Amino acid sequence: MGNETKDHAALAEAFIRDEERVDWHDGALWWIRQKRDIASRQIPEWEALREAASRIKSHVLSNLHDYLLEFEANATRNGIRVHWAADAAEHNAIVYSILKEKGIRQMVKSKSMLTEECHLNEYLIERGVDVINSDLGEYIQQLDNEPPSHIVLPCIHKRKEEIGEIFHEHLGTEKGVSDPTTLTRFARRHLRDVFITRRAALTGVNFAVAETGEYIVCTNEGNADMGAHLSEVQIASMGIEKIVPKKAHMGIFLRLLARSATGQPITIYSSHFKKPREGQEMHLILVDMGRSRQLGRPEFRDSLKCIKCGACMNTCPVYRKSGGLSYHNTISGPIGAILAPNLDMKKHADLPFASTLCGSCSNVCPVKINIHDQLYQWRQVIVKEGYAAHTKVLGMKAMAWTFSSPGSFSTLGKAGRWVLNNIPVAVNNRFNPWFRQRDMPEGPKESFSEWYARNHRPGGAVDPAPKASSDLQSIQPE
Amino acid sequence: MNVALFLPCYVDQFYPQVGISTLQLLEKLGCTVTYPLNQTCCGQPMANSGFEKLAQDCNELFVKNFAGFDAVVCPSGSCTLHVKDHLHSHDREGDAQQIRSHIYELTEFLTDVLKVERLPARFMHKVGLHQSCHGQRGLHLSQMSELVAPPFSKPEKLLTMVEGLELIALDRKDECCGFGGTFCVFEEAVSSRMGIDRVEDHVRNGAEVLTGGDMSCLMHLEGIVRRKKLPVRVMHIAEILNQD
Repeated sequence: MGNETKDHAALAEAFIRDEERVDWHDGALWWIRQKRDIASRQIPEWEALREAASRIKSHVLSNLHDYLLEFEANATRNGIRVHWAADAAEHNAIVYSILKEKGIRQMVKSKSMLTEECHLNEYLIERGVDVINSDLGEYIQQLDNEPPSHIVLPCIHKRKEEIGEIFHEHLGTEKGVSDPTTLTRFARRHLRDVFITRRAALTGVNFAVAETGEYIVCTNEGNADMGAHLSEVQIASMGIEKIVPKKAHMGIFLRLLARSATGQPITIYSSHFKKPREGQEMHLILVDMGRSRQLGRPEFRDSLKCIKCGACMNTCPVYRKSGGLSYHNTISGPIGAILAPNLDMKKHADLPFASTLCGSCSNVCPVKINIHDQLYQWRQVIVKEGYAAHTKVLGMKAMAWTFSSPGSFSTLGKAGRWVLNNIPVAVNNRFNPWFRQRDMPEGPKESFSEWYARNHRPGGAVDPAPKASSDLQSIQPE
Repeated sequence: MNVALFLPCYVDQFYPQVGISTLQLLEKLGCTVTYPLNQTCCGQPMANSGFEKLAQDCNELFVKNFAGFDAVVCPSGSCTLHVKDHLHSHDREGDAQQIRSHIYELTEFLTDVLKVERLPARFMHKVGLHQSCHGQRGLHLSQMSELVAPPFSKPEKLLTMVEGLELIALDRKDECCGFGGTFCVFEEAVSSRMGIDRVEDHVRNGAEVLTGGDMSCLMHLEGIVRRKKLPVRVMHIAEILNQD
């Protein structure tokens, strides 16, 4: 789709051209933000819960080495085979070797952003292994050969009519059917067959408890459980930052997760997996993939606290107007914009700039990640590392020079106002992005500084100023 | 009280009436106001674009202009926040520190320092308040809708002191307008769409006047209002509080 070469601004502009789509995309996500507000207000100690969760995660990040080893020892004792993967290539190779040993050529997979980041599906398909995503949204995205646009709501950018068309094309539903219940029932019948026939199931991991060696998978559809319970080989892929020290801590995180994500009190299924069934094999892969590098960046380490609730996406007005795919990264939105530059700074140099730094993301974050401050910090790093456009560098240098010299500032300001007044076409043209949808401010004859120098007398008294605002009677509200 | 008036660079150049209203309001409330004539900018446009390092000369100039006052007052939450968070000096860090802890956005200066309880202002219009993010979420000028915490609002408190003024309720009371500094040109499509949606919220809910504490957001919203010829007037909060 050419997304590799276009930056966020260009991809967002294309998304915004469909005004009606932006209306409901924005509306649907704002509705979820409001559900989150209502749910959080039912917990009087909400802010204390966020603080506790944030501190537990701080503690985990400071002691990650010890907790990972504790988790590995306990999980192994429970009968889980624990693997370590430094990057996507190692992770994918481990999954394939497990399947190959058992002669398995078909696998069902529940939602896992980590395996999306690793491009596991493509890797396995190239090796003759068929993978089906069992989360309904991810299933739809897979049929349409698109990555998820949102970590919780993978196909939120699609209209129901578009989904009906995809089902018609790939699954043979009747043309024109777009009723969500009908389509969901059809998908369920199809997926039931998948669950029964797949010998291997892979799930993501929401939390892993160091003291017990168990891991927790949260879904609303029960699809992770269906796959796992019917499988002969169960595989779980987790980022190394998913550890919590104690099982008791789940009382904090599970209360925060679903309320932040969708406004539900809890996910429908919060399943604890501790040991394999008789005759079943259970594998768990601990994946680093840039996380230890991020842990080593003091200003960005807190990004690893993320519990992937998606609240920052739902509240972000830039995300709501521009759609998740405009971020050209598996994890989109504000959190994606602070995680992605760690993975590939050049490719994702645009993302920290895809924000107004309004700060709403940091306020909804259940683990209190200072997302907007990190966006600001990434901008400094990206410029320092030389990934800013040459023209931008020149412009900024000119601006810095102007602002450090009061004389040139007032001269240039005066010249600018004169141009606005006398040759407006010089700025009111298609080369000025401001002017595309906005008028320029009027250029007053006199700046405040000039007025002040002319009118102000020592001692504080000033001459009566011209009436600050012109005639208010001209307002004609409808 | 010996107060220095700091005006954002674009207010000095494009919105002198906002500077005049702020100055008159502060003097009306008994402050001795100085406007250092060599002032330019807080350096935020460079810093927010990732060029914090280029803002150093600008910072030194700022310290030179604004050291030694009881308070620095600025009719912009965004510029105030930037100075509070990022003003540093090579040789005069003590002065920079003093400025960082004594700079106030106009409405918080009125409610928290001058402790204004009444204003001699009259304004017979329906007004919609645009909460600019840096003032609200950065300086905590009002409670944020994301948090589970008791409501308050410094700008609303002042607006309710104005005789005849009717504050309207918005569908989304603290959503960003999409100005975002250089974001407004580098992400023009998103910025404009966000601004259009904000303006429409005010118009839909019957605002005759759209006001706020940051002229940068208002310049962006006014640009849209004028392009679309919408029946709403854009004014800085200082202009309304200074009405008599």
